[in-house]
Amino acid sequence: MSDVMGLRRNYETDVLIIGGGSAGTMAAIKAKERFPGLNVTILEKAHIRRSGAIAMGMDGLNNAVIPGKATPEEYVWEITRANDGILDQRTVLYFAREGYSMVKELDSWGVKFSKDDRGDFIVHKVHMEGRYVVPMPEGSDLKRILYKKVKSRHITTINRVMATSILTRNNRVVGVTGLNVFTGEFVVIKASAVILTTGAAGRLGLPATGYLYGTYENPTNAGDGYAMAYRAGAQLTSLEAVMIVPLLKDYNGPACAYVAGPYGGYTADPDGERLTGNDYWSGELIMHMYQAKQRGQWPAFLKLDHLPEKDIAFIEHVLHSNERPSRDRFHANRGTNYRHRMLEMSLSEPSLCSGHSASGILVDEQARTTLEGLYAAGDVASVPHQYLLGAFVIGKLAGESAALYAKGASSSEPDPAQIDQEYERVYRPLHNSDGYHHEEVEYKIRRTFSQYSTPPKSGTMMNIGMERFRDIRMQDIPRLSAHDPHELGRTLEVPFILDCAEMSTMSSLYRKESRWGFLHYRLDYPTRDDVNGLYRTIVGRTPEGTMMVGQIPVPDPIITDKSSAPAQPVNK
Amino acid sequence: MTSVTKRTSPNVIVDRDKCIGCDICVQVCPMGILAMDKEKKAYMKYNECWYCLPCEVDCPVDAITVEIPYLVR
Repeated sequence: MSDVMGLRRNYETDVLIIGGGSAGTMAAIKAKERFPGLNVTILEKAHIRRSGAIAMGMDGLNNAVIPGKATPEEYVWEITRANDGILDQRTVLYFAREGYSMVKELDSWGVKFSKDDRGDFIVHKVHMEGRYVVPMPEGSDLKRILYKKVKSRHITTINRVMATSILTRNNRVVGVTGLNVFTGEFVVIKASAVILTTGAAGRLGLPATGYLYGTYENPTNAGDGYAMAYRAGAQLTSLEAVMIVPLLKDYNGPACAYVAGPYGGYTADPDGERLTGNDYWSGELIMHMYQAKQRGQWPAFLKLDHLPEKDIAFIEHVLHSNERPSRDRFHANRGTNYRHRMLEMSLSEPSLCSGHSASGILVDEQARTTLEGLYAAGDVASVPHQYLLGAFVIGKLAGESAALYAKGASSSEPDPAQIDQEYERVYRPLHNSDGYHHEEVEYKIRRTFSQYSTPPKSGTMMNIGMERFRDIRMQDIPRLSAHDPHELGRTLEVPFILDCAEMSTMSSLYRKESRWGFLHYRLDYPTRDDVNGLYRTIVGRTPEGTMMVGQIPVPDPIITDKSSAPAQPVNK
Repeated sequence: MTSVTKRTSPNVIVDRDKCIGCDICVQVCPMGILAMDKEKKAYMKYNECWYCLPCEVDCPVDAITVEIPYLVR
């Protein structure tokens, strides 16, 4: 056992960012730029050199509005339709307007985008209507570039510390507690403003790989931020719109038919015919695939074998060198090759991720959550379909907003009793030497979510699932056992996963209609109800500590068709 | 404490002759599953690999090979 296990270490900062991935590093850089005199600190569960969803880079920005290629209004309308009307258009419009300047800034930092002979960005059409996809075929450098920017700006980074709770006083954020998963130290960080950039809740369902951590999402993204925000008193929204995406069968990387789309590749049925029409990731796409399966027109395939060699070679290079570079050896083991035949696809396990869907912490057009002093950006913040560029744009917004708040905020000491209570909770599994191993309890939660809460959903099934979750909470969570700092970290993720499972299932039970294509397809309410269903679900915690689901209205739309200009300027 | 162990083959393979004990793989592994043994050689300590490859790519002496784990082969 580590000799510093349980020792306390204290830090103090103005702005604290939890999670050093794409949104977190950008938030930190922009908070520091806004007010260079502020102390800015990144708390990272792994190491920021290789953390977050794009530790190994990314092949493109999927949703950039480049002048001359598309307009922000067209983009907002497209995303409004992809979300069946349930979104705050103000945040999406802000994102659409700010995307281009972010692309130019990344370009100036040395991120390599595809450009034409005149030096203009190449933009591909992948969405239903507009052109928004800016390829970065050499995007494997992205994380290294962000890391260098953070280091050059004197931003403090604390690696291998997993945040365990957000400290509040008088309904305001005053700091964070954490566990060093290498040494076992207990960390308390006093902060004037906190930004959650913890990524998706990727360990919610069971993946087809057969490995608990063989998920589509980077498995470090276990939903910590969703649960910590909820526990601290912030509201979350659209957790019924779970994320499901097309993968290669057995391999947990994205099939990425949309990467091949501009070159003529597509998602095919067993006869090689186009299955989905359009390969942009949406609930509608997944519904098309689900319906094809019900018809026996299954499995779906990634079809590239009809393309010229130079295009196949290029697509292969892009897919095998970015994001999930082990894809190359997966194909080598199987002896499969895009040139010889179509490759079998399947659907991912469900997760929560606003990057590709809508589930997240409720944020306004300044990236503020409903809890004073708490901000959120990236996959954990509900800005629908924001992808990587959203992590940067909303991350920047959160960094600047939080810096402004921290500059004007009076300092407040965390409550020692709250810290002591959390300390006791964090180390309790060390005392249960004959208790349950974290893998078994996590498996049971995720098996329950996969079997009872995954679309196609039904009220009867989800109510049984909720009973199982409550049993696990009462009987199994208190008996979790850990023997070293690493195990303790994994063990502390389990109740976060359980919170996410319950919040999503309760949101799904609340919405008695179907929406977002397959993502919230209910067998007992199979149609979309635009008379009663045009609201946003809200999950929150009552002062007594119970989970509550309710609704708030969808903010009045600014863009009501694809050509409409905004009625009034937004944020500018 | 009583427990049973499950035998499984590690899919992060370290060439012990090449490993110089620099610790970089341990630092960069997102899942924190690598560690140094008593002889200052890296090894896969926890069976929680996402086969994402930072350990292999960042190793300065090319001592690491990440295999696709059995069920995904």
